[in-house]
Amino acid sequence: MKIIIAFIILWPLAGFLFNGLGRNIWSKKTIAYKATGYILCSFIMSILAFINVQEQGALTVHYFDFINTASLKIPFDFRVDALSSLFLLVITGVGTLIHLYSTAYMDSEEAPHYARYFAYLNLFIFSMLLLVLGDNYVIMFIGWEGVGLCSYLLIGYWFTNATYNYAAKKAFVMNRIGDLGFLLAIFWLVVKLGTVSYGTVLTAESLAKLSTADITAITLLLFVGAMGKSAQIPLYTWLPDAMAGPTPVSALIHAATMVTAGIYMITRSNILFSASEFTQHVVAIVGISTALLAATIAIKQNDIKKVLAYSTVSQLGYMFLGLGVGAYSGAVFHVITHAFFKALLFLGAGSVIHAMHHEQDIRKMGGLKSKLPITHITFLIGCIAIAGVPPFSGFFSKDEILAAAFAKSPIYWVLGVIGAAMTAFYMFRLYATTFLGQFRGTQEQEHHLHESPTAMTLPLILLAVASAIAGAIGVPELMGGHHWLSHQLVSIVGESHEAHLSATTEWILMAVSVVIAIIALLIALSIYRKKADGEVQTPLGKFLYNKWYIDELYDNIIVNPLHKLAGFLKEVVEKNVIDGLVNGTGKFVQYSARKVRLIQSGQVGYYILWMVLSIVLLFLLWFNDLSILTFLFKLTPKS
Amino acid sequence: MFLLTLLLIPVIAAILLLFVHKQATINAITIGASLLVLSIAIVILNVNAADFDEQWLPLLNSRFVLHTDGLAKLLVLLTAISFPAIFIATQKNETSQKNIFNSLLLFTQAGLLGVFLTADALAFYFFWELALIPVYFLCSIWGGEKRIAVTFKFFIYTFLGSLFMLIGIVYLYMHTADHSFAIKALLESRLTATQQNSVFALFFLAFAIKMPIFPLHTWQPDAYEQSPTSVTMVLSAVMVKMGLYGVIRWLIPLFPIAFAGHANLVITLSVIGIIYASFIAIRQDDLKRLIAYSSIAHIGLMNAALFTQKQIGAQGVLIQLFSHGINVLGLWIIADIIEQQTGTRSMKAMGGLAKKQPTLAILLVGFAFANIALPLTNAFVGEFLMFNALFQFNVWMAALAGVSVILAAIYTLNMVQKVAYGEVGDLMQKMNTPSKQAQWVLMILLAIVFITGVYPQFLFTITADTLQQMFVK
Repeated sequence: MKIIIAFIILWPLAGFLFNGLGRNIWSKKTIAYKATGYILCSFIMSILAFINVQEQGALTVHYFDFINTASLKIPFDFRVDALSSLFLLVITGVGTLIHLYSTAYMDSEEAPHYARYFAYLNLFIFSMLLLVLGDNYVIMFIGWEGVGLCSYLLIGYWFTNATYNYAAKKAFVMNRIGDLGFLLAIFWLVVKLGTVSYGTVLTAESLAKLSTADITAITLLLFVGAMGKSAQIPLYTWLPDAMAGPTPVSALIHAATMVTAGIYMITRSNILFSASEFTQHVVAIVGISTALLAATIAIKQNDIKKVLAYSTVSQLGYMFLGLGVGAYSGAVFHVITHAFFKALLFLGAGSVIHAMHHEQDIRKMGGLKSKLPITHITFLIGCIAIAGVPPFSGFFSKDEILAAAFAKSPIYWVLGVIGAAMTAFYMFRLYATTFLGQFRGTQEQEHHLHESPTAMTLPLILLAVASAIAGAIGVPELMGGHHWLSHQLVSIVGESHEAHLSATTEWILMAVSVVIAIIALLIALSIYRKKADGEVQTPLGKFLYNKWYIDELYDNIIVNPLHKLAGFLKEVVEKNVIDGLVNGTGKFVQYSARKVRLIQSGQVGYYILWMVLSIVLLFLLWFNDLSILTFLFKLTPKS
Repeated sequence: MFLLTLLLIPVIAAILLLFVHKQATINAITIGASLLVLSIAIVILNVNAADFDEQWLPLLNSRFVLHTDGLAKLLVLLTAISFPAIFIATQKNETSQKNIFNSLLLFTQAGLLGVFLTADALAFYFFWELALIPVYFLCSIWGGEKRIAVTFKFFIYTFLGSLFMLIGIVYLYMHTADHSFAIKALLESRLTATQQNSVFALFFLAFAIKMPIFPLHTWQPDAYEQSPTSVTMVLSAVMVKMGLYGVIRWLIPLFPIAFAGHANLVITLSVIGIIYASFIAIRQDDLKRLIAYSSIAHIGLMNAALFTQKQIGAQGVLIQLFSHGINVLGLWIIADIIEQQTGTRSMKAMGGLAKKQPTLAILLVGFAFANIALPLTNAFVGEFLMFNALFQFNVWMAALAGVSVILAAIYTLNMVQKVAYGEVGDLMQKMNTPSKQAQWVLMILLAIVFITGVYPQFLFTITADTLQQMFVK
């Protein structure tokens, strides 16, 4: 098993090296086969690991010591248990489909760039697997920064475009802000517990060693890390910009996997988070706020990918709401269903963009239903799933989070349902504007409209099926299911932390949220079935269209002042103050030297004498010590 | 004897070079000698070479003692890797009087090796200056436009520091029982706290200027910018390590009380320097100055970690001494290739390297991410341990210094963006494929980056004995 687990990550690494080093050698066909094949191999290994967990329980394997010093030991260990094995399946499963999809989507690239693309994508899978497989926070952090690197490389994949480069840099830097929080949390653990391995840290004994303040600080710092990676307020603005990357990248990294790393981290550390009431409140409030903020923005966006991006931010907010109210398995459930339907939606969007020759503005689309039948139907399934209409998968996972939120505080529930209504609205606005009504693009575009090749439609179909039925893994007992997922995760998150609601209450809550969502989607359909949004007129519309001006706000209160500060330090402090002092000293010495140069006789002997005398003098003054004289005496040649 | 050959080879080669004028022969001698040194350095990693101990200056009772421990081995290895790397990567560069140029560089190497190997304070001072003086000539003869003023400042600054150190050494000498400069004798001269403070200040001034520590750093960006790049590489990859080496080898064992007493002050200055230098790096347009300020920030962190007096921090510093050298060397070599071919260091004028020379761009990105300590690169392990120590020392200091993690990402990615991305600029059009040799050097360095980043245990093992001496009394 140890070897199989190692191979889960070695396959993508091999793919990275193969395509990275051979980018000028291989044909595009070879590149595509290898890159996709290796991830498929990794998926098969993941299935084996998953089966192993089902049969024999969790497993920790040791490979070597990453850091082994007198004061700190960090082993390079992997842990395959109920939580990580699920993530393995999602990452490699969805990963394989997206690799397959990419082989066709990126087909217009030249071979070296094609190879570069797949090398990055493989490296991403490698890092993401490292993140979930690690048995301690340092290994998680390695993967954590690794996925950040790949995200950076892939957002800036078309590197001649300055805007894309800027977006890539923004993503990396904002993630780094979060990473600093994560790092500090790790240091805190090292100081207090002397270890970062889950096996020791996440136990009742360790918890007893930490004060409440410690736990709150550690969990808040970890959450800062999660904010960066999972795009929560205030660190979410990089994610919409990250849409600069190729669309399959948005699907894989910025929707299905990387951005859920924060949820993985908190679920993994649930024992710590549950021990700090304060942090839980913070997580829940940040989560629901992000969910609502992003949803309002999504309503007014016209770029097909931007709508999906804000939708992702919003859905991640729901997951954090779930974590904050203690519904850990609910959050993981939503991670899984979201991975399916959001990957599906992005890939669908990619198929549309592909057909439209890189047009992303939905106002210029419309009526694509008949031209792209497979894309249309699968995209519709994705929309229904995310809107929370039963029995599609999104309904079950969202409902679980909302029910838990209600148990904690009805306000969370009300806000959550408002967000869900907005979700249904903007998704069907997107759907209707894109696929229904009349085609609004150019004749040229209309002439070239075509359904995508099989390599692209096959992943769409498979993901659509998954989006439709994945709810089956978490059918609540209320509906006669037995919630396989929450039983799975008992070993990780313990028995349900959520307060129990009566069956009647649950049914009512469920019915209300579903009805509201359906009403919202019908309204959207009726408005946008025929026409697209025109120019934004209302002040509120403009405000939402401009994303609450958050980017401008950050520029004005953070980026620009710091930029000015750096300039001030460089131009004024460094040049005039510090170097000025240094040069001033030098000038002073020169000036005095001019005055005393009379003693310069040109005889070397005198110079040496002066030097010795000065040293002696310095000695006497500095140390107040006469022993220098004896030393000199000793040096004098004895005659 | 074995250790002595380490010093003799560069010296003999340096003298030999003075009489050679054919380009090919010059290169052969220089590279041959430096590779020979490298192979000896690798041998002594595994074999414990016997100390070399000979009478030197009987009048002063100073002996010529060469001794190795983990710290010395590691820095000797770094020196031994750096010089052939520099010689090979820059061998095609046009340099007037190349034989003298290389000869001076080899003298510097001998000086550096001597600094790291000697166990006698007077000899230490001797080598310290031996390493500096050839650099003075190298910069003032082969440097850029402003070389005279800059070199003068650099020389006066560092020479002043060394003089203070000399006074300190003499003072220590007089407090030994048998009037000796041997480190063992110095260790036994038990100084009072007041005495320690005085001598500490003298020594530390020399080391702090060398590193350099804020606010004594202004000589460095100028010197790095104006020196011929191969000299900059020596300065930045190896020579700045002399300061940190001095702290570990001399300050900590000799003045433990003063060392602890000054911890707050020094760490505060270092942390200010880290943030300060990082901010300035963000606004640099000159590629060499950017790397210079980045290096000041990194060295500041190492110094701060040392002064926390935490074992974990010292461990981080010990391996970072090596890793920082490798990373910065990689960056300098790339900067040099670009400057040689385009004639500019201004990043505004660059752009498009990734399109024009993809291999070089990939290497640049590799070293750039090592520079910001991405996990699985060598710098991560060292920085992780050092930040840990700083965190144990003071949470807020660690958080403040930690901001540099973000700032480093900003200036490094700025650099990558301006140099490598975008459309190919006019000057970049001139870029040809760098020489095979230079590419190989860079690839080997990058391999070291990843190997020691994934499996740093090798570096831990080498330095284990030094760490034990520092912390187990």
